[in-house]
Amino acid sequence: MHSLAFNQIIGYVIICFGILFDFFGVLGLLRLPDVYNRLQAATKCVTFGSAGILIGVFIYSGFTPTGFKAILCTVFILLTSPVSAHAIAKAAHNSGIEMAEETIVDHYLEDMNNEPTEDK
Amino acid sequence: MKTFKWFIGLIIIVTLFILNFFVFFQEIDFSYKLINVLLFCSLFILMRVVKGPSVADRIVAIDILGILIIGICALLSIALERSYYIDIGIAWGLQSFIGAMALAKFLEGRSLDA
Amino acid sequence: MKLENKSRIAVFVLSCIVWFLITLNFSLASIVAGIILSAVTAIFAGEILIITERKFHLGRVFYTIGYIIKLFWEMLKANFHVAYIVVHPKLPVKPGIVRVKTKLTRDSALTMLANSITLTPGTLTVDINKDEKILYVHWIYVKSQDIKVSTEEIGSRFEKILEVVFE
Repeated sequence: MHSLAFNQIIGYVIICFGILFDFFGVLGLLRLPDVYNRLQAATKCVTFGSAGILIGVFIYSGFTPTGFKAILCTVFILLTSPVSAHAIAKAAHNSGIEMAEETIVDHYLEDMNNEPTEDK
Repeated sequence: MKTFKWFIGLIIIVTLFILNFFVFFQEIDFSYKLINVLLFCSLFILMRVVKGPSVADRIVAIDILGILIIGICALLSIALERSYYIDIGIAWGLQSFIGAMALAKFLEGRSLDA
Repeated sequence: MKLENKSRIAVFVLSCIVWFLITLNFSLASIVAGIILSAVTAIFAGEILIITERKFHLGRVFYTIGYIIKLFWEMLKANFHVAYIVVHPKLPVKPGIVRVKTKLTRDSALTMLANSITLTPGTLTVDINKDEKILYVHWIYVKSQDIKVSTEEIGSRFEKILEVVFE
């Protein structure tokens, strides 16, 4: 392996952290019991992991076109991924997908049953 | 039974880790091995797409796959030293966001402009 | 100046910045193309960015920087929490959907509060009731079903900062 500069070593370390968290998120997608828990684990870990990889790429390559595009892409990810997560969660709850057996409380369903639902 | 399955999974993951980092392809660059890890992650996501009991599970998996692809594109851009791979990543991320929103509205049974 | 035109100018400047960051090419053709495309975007879709007016003051900038630092710290904690749950052999989850009360009123503040709650440990916003100011939050390990305790645990971490930044 060719020798690396100091910022490149730090970039590789941050990239490795990002890949580790990506892996944990995917493991959560496989192991957790129902769709809401999967959504939590997967959204948090994979968003943070991919943002970590992009920041690592920025530190690795410095102030070059690759670095600027990586920063722009990080902002896009951090803004869009929570929005799509709660769109999917609300849609799954409204279309009647059941929660897991371990669930102990659901105030959202109680409030939706109390109020008359308006027609869309 | 649960502990047994956990142990089997741990053995499989450790075996894949050792094979990837210490046995095969010792002469290639380090970043390609990191890309291998992400490719195995996307294989796990495709397992969830095939197996998922409900429609929402599949939508979640597709959304997560889109975010993971951005990481793969960023790693490719430093492995091959070309900056246009990150452009592919940005475009893929925006498309994946719009696709996830459309699928969520479809699942809820609403029309696309409301 | 009317509010719509102000919003259009803000959209124009933002689109120009994004164009030059993506291309990084300062030849004459690239600059002209970027300005034309930004103007088209600002004319057709510009009036939805700023809806209500408010004054500018300098303290908001420092609070924004503090908010970003706090958000990153909470995201790091969230990731270690999820990693602990996922690696544990018995999967210690006790999920449920609880109510969280909020004091914020503006749309942008509510959106940022919901996004911040989604990225912090163990919680995911499902829906917002704007009339009664209640957020429905999916919590992966429910500590208490009381609305006061959940508001204290989940909502009030960001509410004080967001009140200054967005209200």
